This record gives sequence, structure tokens and C-alpha cells, in this order.
Amino acid sequence: MELPLLHLALVGTPNSGKTSLFNALTGSRQKVANYPGVTVERKEGFFVTPLGRQVSVVDLPGTYSLRGRSPDEEITRDFVLGKASGETVPDLVLCVADATNLRLTIRLLLELKRTGRPMILVLNMFDIANRRGISVDVERLAKELGVPVVTSIAVRKGGTADLLALTDEISAKLATEPAENNWRALSVAELRATQREADRIISDCVSLPSRPDTWTARIDAIVLHPVGGLIVLALILFVMFQAVFAWAQPLMELLQSGFDALGDVVHATLPEGLVQSFLQNGVISGVGSVIVFLPQIIIIFLFILLLEDFGYMARAAFLMDRIMGGAGLHGRAFIPLLSSFACAIPGIMATRVIDNKRDRLTTILIAPLMTCSARIPVYTLIISAFIPAKDVWGFINLQGLVMFGLYAAGITSALVVSFLIKFFMLRDYAPAPFMLELPDYKMPRLKSIAIGVYTRAKMFLHRAGTTIFSMMVLIWFLASFPQPPAGATEPAIDFSLAAIIGKALEPLLAPVGFNWQIAVALIPGMAAREVAVAALGTVYAIEGGKEAAEQIGQVLATKWSLATALSMLAWYIFAPQCASTLAVIRRETGSWGWMAATFAYMLVLAYAASLVTYNVAVALGAG
Amino acid sequence: MTDTHDTRREMPLGLAQRGYTGVIQHLSAKDASSALSDIELESRLIELGFVEGARVEVLHEGLVGRDPIAVRVDNITIAVRRREAMAIIVA
Ligand SMILES: Nc1nc2c(ncn2[C@@H]2O[C@H](COP(=O)(O)OP(=O)(O)OP(=O)(O)O)[C@@H](O)[C@H]2O)c(=O)[nH]1
Ligand SMILES: [Mg+2]
Repeated sequence: MELPLLHLALVGTPNSGKTSLFNALTGSRQKVANYPGVTVERKEGFFVTPLGRQVSVVDLPGTYSLRGRSPDEEITRDFVLGKASGETVPDLVLCVADATNLRLTIRLLLELKRTGRPMILVLNMFDIANRRGISVDVERLAKELGVPVVTSIAVRKGGTADLLALTDEISAKLATEPAENNWRALSVAELRATQREADRIISDCVSLPSRPDTWTARIDAIVLHPVGGLIVLALILFVMFQAVFAWAQPLMELLQSGFDALGDVVHATLPEGLVQSFLQNGVISGVGSVIVFLPQIIIIFLFILLLEDFGYMARAAFLMDRIMGGAGLHGRAFIPLLSSFACAIPGIMATRVIDNKRDRLTTILIAPLMTCSARIPVYTLIISAFIPAKDVWGFINLQGLVMFGLYAAGITSALVVSFLIKFFMLRDYAPAPFMLELPDYKMPRLKSIAIGVYTRAKMFLHRAGTTIFSMMVLIWFLASFPQPPAGATEPAIDFSLAAIIGKALEPLLAPVGFNWQIAVALIPGMAAREVAVAALGTVYAIEGGKEAAEQIGQVLATKWSLATALSMLAWYIFAPQCASTLAVIRRETGSWGWMAATFAYMLVLAYAASLVTYNVAVALGAG
Repeated sequence: MTDTHDTRREMPLGLAQRGYTGVIQHLSAKDASSALSDIELESRLIELGFVEGARVEVLHEGLVGRDPIAVRVDNITIAVRRREAMAIIVA
């Protein structure tokens, strides 16, 4: 007889390695990082045990208790208690502990026992525990807790073998009718008693050598120094933004010449006509102009992933807590905001760890102002076309400096908006507490960094192949049809739908210095920011006609004034040009209103910033 | 965890300087002007391991108002603001 699917759930304190275990068991690649609160969603995966049992395992956000204080903790609570409608309660709960740090997990386990679910305690990170000389009397611990205990090393090959064997053994004899659920929220006295009980069990079963992680202490002495720490943080961010600009350059040039060569081949081999124009102008100039930015995307993700895996993020949140507090932001908002530099969507999701509703809302509203990686193509294109690549003060690249300035403008405006929200809308605001575990540093693991970068690169290319490609087809079509009447002397594009639409919008955008080509590019740019670059590539390529083998940057340098270019940069700091971000805001706030508010405020800021930039630039003679 | 601190004066952890070491005597949420209710604050502190008898050491301070503080509680490090740490009475 085929046994029914066995349902497992991974529960445990934050940062204990639940997701690492999930990945090890199921072969998935969910995000793992060294700070509390990485996982904010429920994720299901499947595997087969050595004895052939089919298993479904659910990875859950970490939590210190079942009280559910923030949206991510509620997900865990509801799943464990079977509150989520239509959900099966887990047959077996894997309570995952960081073996170097058992106090909080053992208390959580004692609380979980009241739910009556069968359970296993998984002592994960046993490699680190061994290295530090922590020894655990596993048998005695199991007896004291009344729960089977197994050790595991989620990040090592074969490190989950014992866990798999135990799962087989236990699932064979699981009672069909589990004990009833006696869980209710613990009172303070019960909590205290449970922690005492946990501490007693630990002192009986675990011997801790007093050998704390000296590396963590040494690094923290610098990194968490009140003044030195902030300097280190600023340096890290500065190097990150310089790197995005400077290090990627050679690779980007290589990619660019690859696409140019490809375009030339297409141009030379295909007969002149629509097919040639579609491939050369629509596909290669359009999609290619976005793919060129892959090296930059990889560098920014590499930096963020390294910081996350090392364990720096929680420290940065610590350093920034009071400083951000001045702008009405919570320290826990730092990590979501920093990950918004990669992309606002995971950043907005990550705000689920913020328990105070208003803190969370403020963070969601300003997250899209952080310079996400989709802005990089736009910024880079314009900067390299208009800003000379000279060094200032001997060692800083001017282009990199402008890039840094754009990032700084995004951050500053986010802080100002947050301050205004606090000042005008949330007046009776009392600062919510900041309490955060600072995990020990870990050497970033090459494999997980590689997987992280690879996943992101794949997503970027996938977008280039789908969203951007389809937008390009649209733009190419609009820019090519209707074809000019025979004998027309103006450029063909002047007769196209794109020109008609662009020219209709031009009066609206003329005050900020945008021409009709930009107006057309901004419309598909709503789907994703980098589409605008591709769209400009296509529009100018078609407009240029046969001899338009030039790169888009060179074209812009001849067609735009410096004032227009600066105005475009200002526009992109603020403009709400990303449909997916708006959709996530709507989902996470549960409100169309907040989505509309975000859209509106960003649009107003974008228009105002561009208007000021353009007019100041023109007045200074850059028109 | 026998403590040799009997002779030391009790004080809230929220007033401790960097380098301070001590043992938690009791929690007293009403002494802290936190935005949380007393019960909620005590629950959270206990959930992070701040229970009577635990050894604490103030490892680091922030820049602004020397806040927040990073506290070693047994063998983990927790960041809290001084405002909430006022509820933790140490000696
Ligand atoms: N050395 C070692 N590191 C581990 C082990 N398991 C996890 N890690 C590391 O511990 C950190 C946290 O792992 P995650 O899997 O993200 O932890 P989590 O429990 O899912 O965390 P949250 O989602 O925040 O609750 C990562 O840096 C992992 O690489 C292990 O067995 N040994
Ligand atoms: Mg996780």
C-alpha cells in the first residue's frame, strides 16, 4: 500500500538554519543568509526518504514563540496551529536549533510541545558547535525533553543523513490520531518558568567551554565602534557603488562589442527590409542594450550577498537604528531598505519582520526610492554619455562619483519622505522597540554566494527575454508602422504610431526637457525601468536608419542636451516606473489606496525634480 | 551561575556603561517607558533570554545617545535600545 504523503514543517528560532536544511533536503535554492528574519514566506518542497517515503516539507519564517507578533511570525504560528484555512497540520514538526545557542530554541520547543504535534529536535550547525568544543549529551537531552534529538550540518554534503534516517524511523510509527492541541499564549510567568526549565535542561545536558567566538568579538570591536563603525559602513557603501561603475566596465564593453558585431552580421547577411530592421533594431539594439548591464547587476548582488552571508547586515541595522530613528524609521527597516538596492520587491517583502504596523508601512512606502538595480542601466547609459570619465582628487572616478550622488539622492529623499510621513500623518508615534539578535560572523560560503548570484543573473536575463523582449516588439512595431508614404522626405519614423503618441505627450513633458522619443520610451518603461533604455535604443536605431550602427550612448550624446540628460537622471531617482513593485505594495499593504498613494507621490516628486533640474541646468547654460 | 554580585547595587541595564557585566535580578517593565505594554515588553525580553540569573555584559554602544546597546546574554548577543533595557534590573 502506498503510504500517504508525510507532512513536515521546519520551525525554529530565526537564523538557526531552517532554510539551509530545507535546501539540503529538497535540493531547492531558497534564500539563505546570516541574519535573523531572512525567510518571510511559507515555502513547500518535496523529497523522498532513504526508505522511499514521499515527504512534503514546509520552510517557515523563524520565530521566538508562537505568539505571532509580526506578519512573518503569524505565518509560522498559523501553519503550526493549523489555522491557515484548508491547510493540513504538519504530521511531524522539525524544531531546528542552532547547536551553539540552544537556550531560546529549547524554550520554544517546550512551548511547541503543547501543540501536541509529534516533533524532532534538530541540533543544526553541529560543525560549529564541535569546533567551539561544545558537547551535547544527545541521549540525555532527548530523554529530558521527551522528544527525539538528532544532529545535523545543513551546509555539508551528507550532513542530514541522520535526520533522514530518524524521519523514516519515526514516520513508520506515527500515531494516526495525534494528541490534542493544548497550546495557548504563555503568560509572563509561564514564559519565565519555561525559560528556567530550558536553562536547567541545558546545564544538565550541554557543556559549554567558555571559549566564545573570538573572531566575532575582534571584528565587532571595529565594526560596532560608535564612530569607527559608521565610517566602515560608509566606506562599504561607497566602495560598493564605485565598484558597480568601475569594475564592470571592461566586461560591459566586451558584451557591447559582441552585440555590435552581431548587429553587423545581421545587417550584412539579411536583405534590407522589415525582418532585418526587426532583428537589428528591435531585438539586438533593444534587448542587447539591456543585457549589456549584466556585469553591473552581478556586482551589486555580489556585494549584498557577501554582506548578508558574512553576518554584517544585523550590525548595520544596529549602527543605523538611532540615526534612522531621527527620520522616523525603525532600525529593522535597514535590512529591507538595503536589499531594495538590489530590487524593491524582496525589500518590501522583507518588511514583514517589522512588527509595528506604522513602521512597516513607512518602510514600504519609501523602499521604491532606494536605487534598485533596474535603474543602473538608465543611470549608466546617461552618465557614460554625458559625464567625462576623469578622475577627481586623483583617485575617484567622476562617473562613479555621480553614480554615488544618485544613490545618495535616493537615500536622502527616502529619509525626507519618511520624516514627512512621521511628521504629518503619524503624529502620535511612539518609537517601537528595537530588539535584534546579532549573529556570530560566518565565513561567506562560496557555493551559496555563487548560487545567489547565478539565480539573480538568471532572473535578469529571463526578464530581458520576456518582459523586455515583448516590450521591444511593441516599440519596434509602433516605431515602424505605419510606413511612410512613397516619396516622403522626412525620416520614416516621423510617420509612425510611436511618433504620433510621443508627440501627443510631448507638451506634458516639454517643461522638464524631454523630447518625444523619451516620452515614447517612458510608456513601456512602466513595465520595468530598464525597458526605457531598450526602447530608446530601438527608437533611435530606427530613426537613424541604415547607418545607425552607433551605440545608443553615442546617439544620446548627440541628440540630447546636458540639461535633458540631467533631468532624465532626476526623473529616474523618483519615478514609479515599475508595475511589479506597485503590485507588491498593493499585496503587502492589502490596500489599493496605499498603492495609489505611492504611485502619486513618486510621480509628483519625479516631475518636480526633473522640472527643477532642467531649468537650473538651462539657466546655467547646459541647455 | 552563583553570583558574587550580592554586594553590588541594583540598577537598570539601560543605565549601564560599555564594559559593564552583571547578573539579571528581575524584570520590571513598568520602569521602562516603552511603547509596548508591560506584559508584552516582559514577554519579549524573556523570549530573547533576559531572565533572572542570566549573565549580561554591555559590549557595544551606538553613537547617538550611546544607544542602542549590544548586550551579551549568556552566549548570544542582542541589540536593544536603552529605553527597553531600563526594564532589566541587574546587579
Ligand atoms: N557552518 C554551518 N552553517 C550553517 C549551517 N546551517 C546553516 N548555516 C548558516 O547559517 C546561516 C543561517 O541559515 P538560514 O538557513 O538562512 O537560517 P534560517 O533558520 O532559515 O533563518 P530565518 O529564515 O532568518 O529564520 C547561513 O549563513 C547559513 O549558511 C550548518 O549546519 N553549519
Ligand atoms: Mg529561513
